[in-house]
Amino acid sequence: MDAAVFRAWIVTAAEVIEANRDHLTQLDAAIGDADHGINLARGFAAVLGALDAAPPGTPGAVLTLTGNTLISKVGGASGPLYGTAFRRAGKALGDAADVDLPALSAALDAALAGVQQLGAAREGDKTMVDALAAATRAFGKAIAEGASADEALDALTQAAEAGAEATISMQALKGRASYLGPRSVGHEDPGAVSTALILRSLRDAARAGR
Amino acid sequence: MKKLINSPETVVTQALQGVAAAHPQLHVDVENKVITRAGGPTNGKVGLVSGGGSGHEPLHGGFVGYGMLDAACPGEVFTSPVPDQMLIATRAVNGGAGVLHVVKNYTGDVLNFQMAAELAGDEGIEVVPVVINDDVAVEDSLYTAGRRGTGATVFVEKIAGALAEEGADLAAVAAVAREVNDRSRSFGVALSSCVVPAAGKPTFELGDSEIELGIGIHGEPGRTRAAHTSAAELAQVALDAISADLGIQGDLLVMVNGMGGTPLIELYLMFNEVRQYLEARGARVARNLVGNYITSLEMQGFSVTVGQLTGTLTRLWDAPVDTPALRWGR
Repeated sequence: MDAAVFRAWIVTAAEVIEANRDHLTQLDAAIGDADHGINLARGFAAVLGALDAAPPGTPGAVLTLTGNTLISKVGGASGPLYGTAFRRAGKALGDAADVDLPALSAALDAALAGVQQLGAAREGDKTMVDALAAATRAFGKAIAEGASADEALDALTQAAEAGAEATISMQALKGRASYLGPRSVGHEDPGAVSTALILRSLRDAARAGR
Repeated sequence: MKKLINSPETVVTQALQGVAAAHPQLHVDVENKVITRAGGPTNGKVGLVSGGGSGHEPLHGGFVGYGMLDAACPGEVFTSPVPDQMLIATRAVNGGAGVLHVVKNYTGDVLNFQMAAELAGDEGIEVVPVVINDDVAVEDSLYTAGRRGTGATVFVEKIAGALAEEGADLAAVAAVAREVNDRSRSFGVALSSCVVPAAGKPTFELGDSEIELGIGIHGEPGRTRAAHTSAAELAQVALDAISADLGIQGDLLVMVNGMGGTPLIELYLMFNEVRQYLEARGARVARNLVGNYITSLEMQGFSVTVGQLTGTLTRLWDAPVDTPALRWGR
């Protein structure tokens, strides 16, 4: 996968986040402050502008620019967390012109580690980590078992979506939803949902790019 | 949704243009969303920077001026500002004595200020953050993101600002900020939800006879929903929660704060209930604020903040202040 595929990932993610803007905001209204979709959509729109203004030449540079722009434009907890995820993934890819599955897996692991280091959330806390951790684990396992790219990316997407869905029954222990205590149970975490959407965009862009 | 706006996307910048026009003593960088005192940093004085989402006006921009903040960074509505803004503000107010970041304890505010402090540190500016977490509605435990920063932020910005104006060093200003936070507690009640402009509808639905107890300042639901009741009983709920965690004795600084959509007549009525409760327990309301100081857009409701005073804290509270939203003694 080259820079064009990674650029397509981010463009797809921006479209999907925009299309799900109101859905994500509604999820946030239930257990947060009703701005998740609005803020992420604003951030990804700015990312598209940045990618057009100075098109990066490598997969790593695409992700680093994405992360930097999200940190500068989104605000809230999402800006630093999603921004750090993309920055760490970009750094892990280095200046390779082409990325294979194990390298992509390592980059997603680095993204997860960055998010957990910054936000201190663990699986089960009802956050984006529940989608991201499940996805990276499934992706790594599929690759280790010799799965094809399509199979591994399907495993990534399905695990992310299952991870997001699993947050419905959880009580939030981190972030603004934690203020609700037991009242946070019964709602899907908006950060886990947007994380799954972004990972599904990766699969779709990778599939279209081959 | 009926709001006095032109479009949801331009609410914050157009409001900042209005702030700039109304208050020539402030310098408003509308593009970067940074409000500073006109005239730049004071040499040798510790700079105070705060920031947070918009929609809480007058917090924080209304508290920029002599005796209080040097800069404020407003984010989008209910969304913390970004590190770039905070770095610009920190540079702008650094008079060589370092900069205090007053951070309300919300994950977004904490993370963005943390990133800004690192960037400022890389430039050789000494930054000390003080995190405000006075809201007793949230248990400070492993099961939450910790207590939220609410009303005590106003007390901290006033008192630490006064000490900085006297020429105290960064360590001393940070210490008094922490002391005020440690000695203050808040509790909030919502009678209605509020409408984030970009969302266009109320954040939550609340029946005619229902209220939310233990709210923060972002229009989020509280800890519990209850049946609406009298002002006297609501004062008791709020102050029982506060007094379970803070000694009600001696001289107190008390704020009865409107959430944005509460008439002043009700806030005064509530202040009277609060005063009676506290005096019945042998404390004295030595200083007070009654009005809209840290709001949630047009939400109806109130919060009460109780701070234990000392001689020094009272002196710093009384020190001259000249900002759009607090002004006395000068």
